[in-house]
Amino acid sequence: MSETSEWPLWEVFVRAKRGLGHLHAGSLHAADSRMALHHARDLYTRRGEGVSIWVVPAAAVAASSPDERDAFFDPAADKVYRHPAFFQLPKGAEHL
Amino acid sequence: MNADHHYVLRLGDDALIAAQRLIQWCTRAPALEEDVALANIALDQLGQARALLTMAGELEGRGRDEDALAYERAESEFGNVLLVELANGDFAFSVAKMLFFGAYQNLLYQELSASAEPTLAGIAAKAVKETAYHVEHAALWTVRLGDGTEESHRRMRSAVDEVWPYTHELFTGDEVTEAASIAVRPESLRPAWSELVDEVLTDATLRRPEDGWAPTGGRTGAHTEDFGYLIGELQVLHRAHPGARW
Repeated sequence: MSETSEWPLWEVFVRAKRGLGHLHAGSLHAADSRMALHHARDLYTRRGEGVSIWVVPAAAVAASSPDERDAFFDPAADKVYRHPAFFQLPKGAEHL
Repeated sequence: MNADHHYVLRLGDDALIAAQRLIQWCTRAPALEEDVALANIALDQLGQARALLTMAGELEGRGRDEDALAYERAESEFGNVLLVELANGDFAFSVAKMLFFGAYQNLLYQELSASAEPTLAGIAAKAVKETAYHVEHAALWTVRLGDGTEESHRRMRSAVDEVWPYTHELFTGDEVTEAASIAVRPESLRPAWSELVDEVLTDATLRRPEDGWAPTGGRTGAHTEDFGYLIGELQVLHRAHPGARW
C-alpha cells in the first residue's frame, strides 16, 4: 500500500438537502480532486445522504490549535449578554 | 424459442457475472477507498441482475425466480459475454473490462429505457444512471494509468490490448436478438461505443488496438475455462444448502 500513503488527504463536506449548509462528513485519501469526489460519493453518500459534495485538501485547512483553546474560547463563556435571550423585549415589540 | 426470455436472461447474466468478478476485488483493491468504489459498482450490477433475472423468469413462465436462474443453472446455460467472465488480472485489466463493458451497458440501457415493455424500460432507466458512473470511474482510472508513469502506461496499454478482442462479442447479433421483440440490435450500439472509447483512449495516450481476433461463444454457453470456477464459487452455498437464507 506504499503508493496509497502518497495520496494526499482530503476533507469531505456533504450537503444533505437544498437550503442547508455543507457539513463535514469525514476525510479520505485520493490522488486528485476528481478522484476525491468519486470516493466521497461512494463513502459518504451511499445511503442517499447528500445532494452536493465539496472536497478540500486537508493541507489547505487552517485549524485552531488545542493549545490556544483557553485564549480562543474561554472568554466567550462568561458573557451572557452576548446571547439574545439576555435582553428583555421592550413592551409592544412582538417581532424583533 | 422464447426469444424475449432468452434476451433478458442474457442481459441478466452479463450483469450477474460482472458483479461476481468485481466483488472478487473486495479487500484486494489498491486502496481502501477504491475497494468501496468497486464493491459499490458490483452492487449496482447485482441489482440489475436481480431485476433482469426476475423478469426473465416471468417471461419464461415456468416458475423460476432470480435465485433458481442464478444458482441452479449449469455453466453452459449461462448466456453472458466472455468479456465479463475473464479473470480479473491486474487492476488495469479490470479497469479496461469495466470501461468497455460499462460503456456498452450504458448505451444499451439508454436504448432500452425507451422500450415499449414497461418493466424493461423501468429497469433500464435506473441502470442508465448507475452505468454512467461506472463508465466515468473506469475512464478516470484509464486516463490516470495510461497517462501516468511508464509502468502504469505499459500495464494499461497491455490491458486494453488484451481485453479488446472480447469487445466484438458485445456487438454481435444472432437469432435471439433478431427474434426478440424487445431487443436492441447490438450492432447499432457500436458507433457510439467506439466514439466514447476512442475519446477515453486518446485522453489516456493509448492507441486504439487493431480489430482482428474476435472470440465468441459466451452467448451460446461456450464459456472459458475460468468460468467454471466462477460459477462453482457463485453456486456452492445454494447447492449445498438449497434455499439458505440469512
